[in-house]
Amino acid sequence: MSSPMLKIDGLNVNYGAIHAVRDVSLEINRGEIVTLIGANGAGKSSVIRSIMGLVKSRANEMTYISPRTNKAVNIAGKPAEEHVKLGISLSPEGRRILPQLTVEENLQLGAYIRDDADGIASDMEYVYSLFPRLKERHKQKGSTLSGGEQQMLAVGRALMSRPDLLMLDEPSLGLAPILVDEVFAIIREINAQGRTILLVEQNAFAALKAAHRAYVLEVGAVSLSGTGAELLNNPKVRAAYLGG
Amino acid sequence: MNLNIFVQHFINALSLGSLYGLVAVGYTMVYGILRLINFAHGDIFMLGAYFVYFATIVYHLPWAIGVIIAIILTTICGLLVDRIAYKPLREAPRISALISAIGVSFFIENFAVVVFTGMPRPVVQPPILMKPIEFSGGIRLIPLGILVPVVSFVLVGALLWLLYRTKPGLAMRAISFDIEATRMMGVSVNRIIALAFGLGSALAAVAGIMWALRYPRVEPFMVMTPGIKAFIAAVFGGIGSVPGAMIGGLILGFVEIMSVAFFPTLSGYKDAFAFLLLIMILLFRPTGLLGEKLEDKI
Repeated sequence: MSSPMLKIDGLNVNYGAIHAVRDVSLEINRGEIVTLIGANGAGKSSVIRSIMGLVKSRANEMTYISPRTNKAVNIAGKPAEEHVKLGISLSPEGRRILPQLTVEENLQLGAYIRDDADGIASDMEYVYSLFPRLKERHKQKGSTLSGGEQQMLAVGRALMSRPDLLMLDEPSLGLAPILVDEVFAIIREINAQGRTILLVEQNAFAALKAAHRAYVLEVGAVSLSGTGAELLNNPKVRAAYLGG
Repeated sequence: MNLNIFVQHFINALSLGSLYGLVAVGYTMVYGILRLINFAHGDIFMLGAYFVYFATIVYHLPWAIGVIIAIILTTICGLLVDRIAYKPLREAPRISALISAIGVSFFIENFAVVVFTGMPRPVVQPPILMKPIEFSGGIRLIPLGILVPVVSFVLVGALLWLLYRTKPGLAMRAISFDIEATRMMGVSVNRIIALAFGLGSALAAVAGIMWALRYPRVEPFMVMTPGIKAFIAAVFGGIGSVPGAMIGGLILGFVEIMSVAFFPTLSGYKDAFAFLLLIMILLFRPTGLLGEKLEDKI
C-alpha cells in the first residue's frame, strides 16, 4: 500500500574528525509526515542537509522516487539545485530568508525553477492564504519581519517550488508556544493536501503528535524508530525528550 | 566663466564621471556577490580598448561592427578570468581569491605588454563623433561628449532593470546575501556568478572603448588611473550598490573636472581630490553613500 519516496541506507557525514552522522538508514513513503527527533547536535540537520545535497556525505543508497515520473533517481552527490528540480525542497534551520529582498521577492525566488507565471501567482495566493500575515507584509523587506513571520516565509518559500517532498528543519525553533501550535497545524494541512513531509524537530512532543512515523537520533545514529504514537508512549523517549 | 565654457566643463565631467561609474559598476557587482575585489576588472577595460583598436584600425572593420566584436571578446575574457582564476577557489578562504585576482591582473597587463608592446597606439576617432554641433547660446559640443554619458546611463539603466525586474537579477541579488539559501531555491549559482562577470566585463569593454575614443590612444597600462578612480567610486557609492557606483563615479568626475575648472592652480592635485573624498567617506560613512551595513550571516 505504501509506496516509498525516499530511501536512505548507511548515510555517513564527517566534518573533519567529527563523525556527525553514523550509518543512518531511513525511509519515507508517499503522503507521510516523518520526523527526525533528537537532542541538539544529534545530527538531525546534517541528515536533512545531506539529503538536500548541501553537505558531503557517503551512503550505500540515496534514492528518490519521484511521484511525478515514478522513476528512481540516485540523488547522492547531486547539488542542491538539482534536488529542487526533482521536487524536493527545504525550509532550512535558521530560516535563511533573504533579508534585503521583500516578502514577495523571497517567494518568487522560491519559485525560481518554474516558468508558469499563472501557477506561480496562484501558489503565492495559496501561501498567503496559509499565512495571511505574509500578505499584509508582502512589500516589506525580510529583515523587518518578526521571527515567527520569517519562519512562515521560509516555509512558504519552500512551498513555492511545488515540492513533492517538503523538508522542514526546526520550523518551531524560537517561536512563541502559540505560534508553534499554529505552525504544526499548517504542517498537517500542507500534508493533507498531498505533500510528503520530513520534519526535523527539537520539539519532540509536537513533532511526534504530528508525525506518522519517527526516527530518534542519538549522537549521529538512529536509536529508535516507530510510529509517532508508539514513540510518544515509549518510556525511553518520554524520559529523554518529553520531560518524563 | 561664460556659459559655453561652463557647459563644456559640465559635459566633460558627466562623460568622465559616467565612465568611472561604468567601470565601478563591474567592481561593485562582483564584490556584492563574492565579496571579492576583482583586480583584473581594470585590465578587462584595457582589453576592450585594444580589441576595438585592432578591429577598426588594424583590420579596418566599420566602427559599429568593431565595437560589437570588442564587447563580445572582452566579455569572453571576463568569463574566462572567473572560470580560471576564481571559480576553482569558490570554497577557499576569501584571501586566496583576492591573491588570485592580483595575479590575474599582473598576468593580463604583462601579457598585453608582450603581445601589444608597451608603446601607446593612437586611436583614429570616427569624424562623425568629433564634428562640433552648435547649440543656441554659443554652446558647441562634440557628439562624443554627449554620446558617452547617454550610453553609460542607458546601460546602467538596463542593468538596474535586469537586477530588479528579471529572474536572473533576483537570483543575483539573493546570492549576494546568502549563496547557500539561494542554491536551495534551485538557482545554479555559478551560472549567475558568470552572468555578473559577463555583464561587468561588457560594461568595462564599453567604458574602455569610449575611453580610447576620448583620449585617443591605447596602451597596456591605460587603466591605472581610471581603474583606481572607478574603484574609489565604487567604495564611495557604497560597494555592492549599483546605483551607488554610478553616483560615486559621477561625483568623482565632477570633483575632478570642476576643481580644475574653478581652481586651475590646483590642477596638479586633481587626483588627490579623489583620494581625499575616499578618506572622508571612509572616516564618516564607511559603508559609502548607498551602502548597506553587511549583516552577519548565521
